[in-house]
Amino acid sequence: MSDATTTSRVAPRKRRIPRIRWRGAASIASFFVLWHLAVVTGISGFAELPTPVATLRAFFAEYITDAGYWHSWLVSFKRVLYGFIIAQIFGIPLGLLFGTSRRFRDLFFPVFELLRPIPPLAWVPISILFWPTNESSIVFITFIGAFFVIVINVYDGVGSIRNEHLWLARSMGASRLSIFRRIMLPSVIPSIAVGMTLGIAITWNVVIAAEMIASDSGLGRMTWEGYVSSTPEVVLIGMISIGLAGFLSSLTVDWIERRMMPWQRNR
Amino acid sequence: MTDAAASIDPPRNSSRLGHLSVQQVDKVYDPDGAHVVALEKCSLEIPAGDFIAIVGPSGCGKSTLLNILAGFDTLTGGRVLLDGEPLATTDGSLSPGPDRVVVFQNGALFPWKTVLENVIYGPLVQGRMNQAEAVEKGMEMLAQSGGLDRIARSYPGQLSSGMQRRVEILRALVNNPRILLLDEPFRAMDTVSKTTMHQHLLDIYDQYHKTVFFITHDLDEAIFLADTVVVLTTRPGTIKLRLEVDLPRPRNRDTITSHRFLELKQQAVSAVHEEARKAFERGERELA
Repeated sequence: MSDATTTSRVAPRKRRIPRIRWRGAASIASFFVLWHLAVVTGISGFAELPTPVATLRAFFAEYITDAGYWHSWLVSFKRVLYGFIIAQIFGIPLGLLFGTSRRFRDLFFPVFELLRPIPPLAWVPISILFWPTNESSIVFITFIGAFFVIVINVYDGVGSIRNEHLWLARSMGASRLSIFRRIMLPSVIPSIAVGMTLGIAITWNVVIAAEMIASDSGLGRMTWEGYVSSTPEVVLIGMISIGLAGFLSSLTVDWIERRMMPWQRNR
Repeated sequence: MTDAAASIDPPRNSSRLGHLSVQQVDKVYDPDGAHVVALEKCSLEIPAGDFIAIVGPSGCGKSTLLNILAGFDTLTGGRVLLDGEPLATTDGSLSPGPDRVVVFQNGALFPWKTVLENVIYGPLVQGRMNQAEAVEKGMEMLAQSGGLDRIARSYPGQLSSGMQRRVEILRALVNNPRILLLDEPFRAMDTVSKTTMHQHLLDIYDQYHKTVFFITHDLDEAIFLADTVVVLTTRPGTIKLRLEVDLPRPRNRDTITSHRFLELKQQAVSAVHEEARKAFERGERELA
C-alpha cells in the first residue's frame, strides 16, 4: 500500500525566511492613512477626531504607564474569563443532558428555548436587582452571553455521535460510563470547540456593553467616559484596546481548542 | 492474566470455534404498520473457519442479517446459534459481544484515538490486558500486518481509506473473535486499492483462520475471497443460491482469470442479475 504511506509522510515544507503578508500589511497601513487623511481634510464627522498619530502620541504619553488603564484591561478580562468559564461549566453538562436524556429534554428544553432569544443585555436590570454586587451582575450577564450558544452547540454535537461507534464500543464490552467518557465525550469535543469560539466572541460583546451601562470600571467604561468627557483620544484608545483584547482571547481559545483535538492537527 | 496475550491467536485448526448456524430467521420491520419483511426463512450453516460471502442487491437484507449476527438488531422469527449457543432469539434481547466485531463499510475507527489506541481499545475496555501488555500486543499485530507499526501514533484522519480498513480489521481481530463480520468494507475504494485489500484480507484469513462473514454486492470479489458464496433474493431476503467455491488457496491474480473462476461466476451471475432487476423494478414502482 505505497499510496497510503505517502499521506502520513508528507511534511509541510519550511520556509527559511518568514513570508511577509504584503497584502495584509498594505491593507492595515492604508486604513491608517485613510483615517489620517479623513481627519486632516475635515470630512464631515471626522472633524472631532484626533489623527492616528495624535492618538498614538496620547497613548504613549499618558496611557502606557497609567495603572488605571491597565486596571481596566484586567477588570474586563476577569469578567470575560469568569463568565466564559462558568458558562462552560454549566453549559457543557446541560447540552449533554439535553442530547442524551429524552425525559430531561422534554422537561427543560422548552424553558431553555423560552429564555434563549432574550438578548444578554436585556438581562441587565434584572441582574442588577438579583445579584448583591455590581461585579457579580456583570459576570452573570457575560455568562448569559456565552451560556446559550454553548448549550446549543453541545446538544447539537450529541446528534453527531456515530451509531457505529456506540455499537462497536458495546460489542467490545464497554460499560455505559466508559461509553460516555471514552466515546460520547470525545465525539462532542469538536462541537464544544465551536461553542467556545462563538462564546468568547459574544462575551466580549456583552461585557463591553454591560460596562457602559452598569459599571464604573473596565475597558467599556473607559471608552464611554472618553465620550462623556469629550476626549476622543480616549474613545479611540478604548476601542483599539477592546479589539486587541478580543483578538488575544480568540487566539487563546484557538490554542486551547487545538490542544483539545490533537487528532485534527494535520488535516 | 499472564497468558492473555498468548490466547489471542490459537494455533490453526486447534479450537475450531466459530460455527454459525442461522435457522429460519425472519425479520419484519414495523410489524404493526408498514410491515416491511427484510428477511424471510433465512437459513445458513457456516462451518467454523469458513469464509462466506453474501451477495445481493441493495436493500435485500444483507446488512440486516449482519446486524442480527452482531447483536445490533433483533429478529422476529427463528434463531441464530454460534457454536451451539443461542446468539439471537425472538425474545428481543440484544447481545453484542467481542466474539463478533464488525468492520463497517464507511469506516468506523475512533478518530480521536491513534491507530494503536484504536487497536488496543477492546482488550483494555474488557480488562483482559493491562496497558503495557495491550501496547505490546497491538504493536506486534500492527507490525505483522505489513509494517503498520510505523503508523501506530498516527490518527485515522491522516490515513488512506485502505490503511484505515486494515487497522479496523486488526481492531476486530485483537478481540480474538470467533467470527469476523465485514459489511462491504471495500465498497468505497477504487479497483486497484481494492485488489490490494483482497490480497491483504486473504493473508489475514490464512494467518488467523477465523470464520468470516463478508457482505458485498460485487460478485467477483465474493468468488475470489470466499469458500461459499450465498446470493440473497431481493426483499424479502432469503437464500437464492449457494455456491461452493472450490478454487484452490492461496489465491492470487491468476485466480480471477482462471477457467474455473469464470465457470463459477457464470453460475452465479444470472441469479444476481435476476434479483438486481427485481429490486430495480420494485424501486421504480415504489417511486411511482
